[in-house]
Amino acid sequence: MGKLIIQDKTIVVPGETLAEGMDYLPGAGTYRLGDKILAEKVGLINIDGRALKLIPLSGRYAPKRNDVIICKVIDVTFSGWRFETNSAYSAMLSVKDATSDYIARGADLTSYFDIGDYVVAKITNVTSQKLVDLTTKGLGLKRLRGGRMIKVNSQKVPRIIGKQGSMVTMIKKATNCNIVVGQNGLIWLSGEPKDEVTAVSAIRMIEANSHIKGLTDKVKEYLGFTGEVGEPEHKEYEHSQNVDNQNVDNN
Amino acid sequence: MGYSKRTNNRGFDELRKIEAKTGVIKNADGSAYFKIGNTAAYAAVYGPRNLYPKFLQNPSTGILRCNYNMMPFSGTGERVRPGPSRRSKEISLVTEKALLPVVDLKEFPNAVVDVFIELIETDAGSRCAGICAASMALADAGITMKDLVVAVSVGKVDDKVAVDLDYDEEAYEDGPVSDIPLAIIPSTGEFTLLQMDGEISKDDLIKALSLSKKVVPKLYEIQKKALSEKYKLYGSDTNGNEE
Repeated sequence: MGKLIIQDKTIVVPGETLAEGMDYLPGAGTYRLGDKILAEKVGLINIDGRALKLIPLSGRYAPKRNDVIICKVIDVTFSGWRFETNSAYSAMLSVKDATSDYIARGADLTSYFDIGDYVVAKITNVTSQKLVDLTTKGLGLKRLRGGRMIKVNSQKVPRIIGKQGSMVTMIKKATNCNIVVGQNGLIWLSGEPKDEVTAVSAIRMIEANSHIKGLTDKVKEYLGFTGEVGEPEHKEYEHSQNVDNQNVDNN
Repeated sequence: MGYSKRTNNRGFDELRKIEAKTGVIKNADGSAYFKIGNTAAYAAVYGPRNLYPKFLQNPSTGILRCNYNMMPFSGTGERVRPGPSRRSKEISLVTEKALLPVVDLKEFPNAVVDVFIELIETDAGSRCAGICAASMALADAGITMKDLVVAVSVGKVDDKVAVDLDYDEEAYEDGPVSDIPLAIIPSTGEFTLLQMDGEISKDDLIKALSLSKKVVPKLYEIQKKALSEKYKLYGSDTNGNEE
């Protein structure tokens, strides 16, 4: 008979025994050694029936298809742009995925994106060798002008966005800031300087307390927000079923 | 006769006082501090990140790169000359080899994970302290690892087999001394580092190694506590994660 060693939602470290016996199944972030299941990362354990899943609490961003990220232009080539993505790999954006405008051969691409520009882009493909392709054709995908950029732990991004984008929507409403959250942990904010500061400290608070229950209420109290929480401003949020992908800016 | 009493009345199977923390360097992706007796190590992990020069890149896996360094003021005697030395290069290499069996960087082809180990204070057992700190820092950086790595030194001072030797014991002059730094994967009991300085008989070596098995669970618990404590600082209730 299988035995569960740890409880649901506990923090575990690599090598820690989670369960014994063959009744449980190793999910993401865990592995089987003999008849035991062990953790292979620092994270929170989520027990889903017989499957044990580990939600990592730290780690750098790994590019994934369909993620919307914020990245920085580091090179302009003949046929497109190369971006820094806050991960181990850079990404390419080809002219044909950048705009539907007609661009003549040999035209100056810097009039679209210049070196140092920040761009909201979507990952269209990631190869086994981690060559990353981007597109900027789509809703909310654009070059960012002005504002400020902050970096957060990319594992905390789903919490910053919240269910159906509830958390980020609340911060936007409470501070009157324009906010774009990239899956890669870059966040762009634009608004009145003092509002930006409030929004940044709210985000920092979420980042530090991401594994704690009742965070939405805490943030709500911190911001002195009185409106309704949990309702996305626009229908677009509902297109995707995965919370991870709901970070399209609609303003 | 022989060696009968250790400093501070420490037992022969007893470790020195240990202090461990993680997340001590904010700019790093993962970091840890490990202090055992008067030997203290900081480890910082950066990556997975871009690897240059390009010829070092491996298209089938990410690589691990360790750097061990003693601060100029860390020793008790003369100033340690800064920069890489024959000794620090060797220790960097064995540290890397001690950690490599547990880390899995298959997901990060052509990339590198850099581990920087700085010893701010040394009193023997510095490579072991460095490996303990580095394994915690790697876990803190969210690297996929089979297990943590626990490192400790064992040895024989005169006629006694002992664990975790300090400098005075290593430099004991009235009899033979052997110093055996080792690293173990706790879940499997495999050795990932085993070196020796001095002389020891076969029987005593076996005795010394089995002595190390006693302290490994203690060290693992200390590392585990340090890693999870970082998150408990913010509150004990970890329920209701919305993800």
